[in-house]
Amino acid sequence: MVHFALEIPYWGQSLLRVVGGLVAVLLPAGGIVYIFLFKMMSFMQSRLGPMEAGPYGSMQLLAEVGKWMQKEDLAPERADKAIYKMAPLIVLLSTFLLIVVVPFGPDAYFTNFETGVFYAMAVGSVSVLGILVAGWASANKYSLLGGLRAAGQLIAYELPMVLATLGVVIQAGSMNLNQIVVAQNDGEIFGFGGLGNPFIITQFVGFMIFMIAVQAELTQVPFDMPIAESELVSGYMTEYSGFRFLIFFIAEFATAGVFAFIASVLFLGGWGIPFDWFGWDGSNLDTVDNWMNVVGPIIMATKMFALVGVIMWVRFSYPRFREDQLQTFAWKFLIPLALLNTAVTAVLKVAF
Amino acid sequence: MSLTDRQQLSYIASQAADARLNVELETEGMTLNIGPQHPATHGTLRIICRLDGEQVIWAEPSAGYMHRGYEKLTEVRTFPQVTTLVNRIDWLGSFANEVPFILAAEKLMEIEAPPRAQVIRTILFELSRIANVSLFLGDLGVQMGAVTPVFLAFRDREYVLNLIEGATGGRFHPNFDRIGGLKDDLPKGWIDETRQVVKKLMQFCDTIEDLLFGNEIFQSRMRGIGVIPADIAKDYGLSGPNLRASGVDWDLRRDQDLPLAWDKVDWKVWTHPDGDSWARCWIRLQETREACKIVEQLLDQIPAGPVMTKVPRIIKVPAGEAWVSTENPLGEMGYYVVSKGDLGPFRVKIRSASFNNISIVPWVLKGVYVPDVITILASLYFILGDIDR
Repeated sequence: MVHFALEIPYWGQSLLRVVGGLVAVLLPAGGIVYIFLFKMMSFMQSRLGPMEAGPYGSMQLLAEVGKWMQKEDLAPERADKAIYKMAPLIVLLSTFLLIVVVPFGPDAYFTNFETGVFYAMAVGSVSVLGILVAGWASANKYSLLGGLRAAGQLIAYELPMVLATLGVVIQAGSMNLNQIVVAQNDGEIFGFGGLGNPFIITQFVGFMIFMIAVQAELTQVPFDMPIAESELVSGYMTEYSGFRFLIFFIAEFATAGVFAFIASVLFLGGWGIPFDWFGWDGSNLDTVDNWMNVVGPIIMATKMFALVGVIMWVRFSYPRFREDQLQTFAWKFLIPLALLNTAVTAVLKVAF
Repeated sequence: MSLTDRQQLSYIASQAADARLNVELETEGMTLNIGPQHPATHGTLRIICRLDGEQVIWAEPSAGYMHRGYEKLTEVRTFPQVTTLVNRIDWLGSFANEVPFILAAEKLMEIEAPPRAQVIRTILFELSRIANVSLFLGDLGVQMGAVTPVFLAFRDREYVLNLIEGATGGRFHPNFDRIGGLKDDLPKGWIDETRQVVKKLMQFCDTIEDLLFGNEIFQSRMRGIGVIPADIAKDYGLSGPNLRASGVDWDLRRDQDLPLAWDKVDWKVWTHPDGDSWARCWIRLQETREACKIVEQLLDQIPAGPVMTKVPRIIKVPAGEAWVSTENPLGEMGYYVVSKGDLGPFRVKIRSASFNNISIVPWVLKGVYVPDVITILASLYFILGDIDR
């Protein structure tokens, strides 16, 4: 296998990574907005959605971006200007930090941390900071309520998310995301390796907890108390306009995409196809054919869109929880269940 | 009690609430203005909330941001012109606003609309109830973050609005009711079309019941929240579905003897013993179904004959006073009309349902959390035009 990337000078590699990162974050975000927010939502609500801009309304998002860019970048008079302006960037930063560890193929990754899961869980919560300071710096009572609710909620749902991931880490025996993919595709179900061993089968409880926690991390309905258009008038985003609102908007959907990427790596087998099919050896990644670096991203994108579809489906059909109800749900139900799942996984891992 | 006294009392109550707050822990309350521009207030209602964290310790509705002075304006209009004004009070069920005023004028003139006009009036009255309440059922979802029901509601309300447009020429403001009858007869084919639309609306009710009322999150947000006991509801002058949800069996359609056709059909007045937000929403769902049933049955019973009695070309209402109220989509809507024998009324007092219904807001919001403020306001269901005439 040729490590073609090594022949490019360092600055070239860095440039490639930046461009790749932008593509990997913004392209899925745009796709999600068009497919789910514009079209799926419209069909669920018996309307057509945007139809005028471009064929079948496909250029609508560009038109919207253009609209937002034209708008004035306002800041309330009593806002803490510097922090107010920084907040959306912190939220978007968290998304870009997350994509860094997601593997899209045997060699198609930005970096390959040994503790990738740990890193992903850590930087995933950076967005809380952005949301909290956005709520505080806006000098708006609704924003403050929204920001505080968001902080409480995101911290509460961070825990079940980490604990759900723990089951996968125990089963795979590695914190490296690429190794987790290999463990799933190289594995066997009762001696039958034709399907690999995607962890969604053995870790189904963990998968459900992870997806619920993702829903809450993204502050999507039914966990959108921090935004709550009808009561807090969009919460911490109330005062933002123009491209700073656009950044919040992109971050919302890009993070949905990135979390779906991570979920598909952890539970659905990631970029891989069962290694049995082509006789690849899981212990040596060099045996995996090079074309997987092209097919891998496509497989990942398919899984990502399927998972985001579920997230959005729930979002468009459910009413929202009350703040105390969702805290109760996290602390009294999800966390004990996740702990139990971890314990059972650990016991079974030792037993077999 | 003058207005300033009332404001002072409100201020004292607010201060007292603050003082109670600081007994155990030195905290600072926050005043949150929900409105005048807020998506949960359906317009420009302002609710001043004093918050301790997210708990409301004191609340006061402040109406009047959209006051249009209809009571005064009626004094410079002739009797037939008044319907144009009053059907803008509850703008979602406009036709229902015209009926009690016309009935009051007819009562003063001692005439009665022909039977055909009475039945058509009742049909249109119930159609405007369906148009109004179906939008409430959709809006209920959007107040709680479920965006889909509201679009279904807008889609299905459109069928009803088309019917109203077909019969009257106006979608929102029909202005169709006349003293002594109706402006026109029904157009050809309208009755068959109405039958189909009523079926669609029954399906819409089932959809909403599955989508929203069957949802566990919805139930947990609604059940046991904003409970109004029957005696409190009566004290605050609640009417309509809000009162029936508290278990009071009171419906002016059944209890009153008006020259309209409700006594000719078989329908049921629903009550609910709980008095919480859930009960108020459920009652409205059932009432939409009952309204569909009423329309369906009345369509078979439209008698032949004229739609207008003989009235003079220039209507002069004899001197006297009359009070007529009907069970409108939002509750009891009544007009006290005083005539001095002129072309127009001397004075009209409008009793609109929402104005009285929101008077319970300070009582019911005390001690609830901010998210529940929204669901309680949504379940009380007011329309701003109905508050700020």
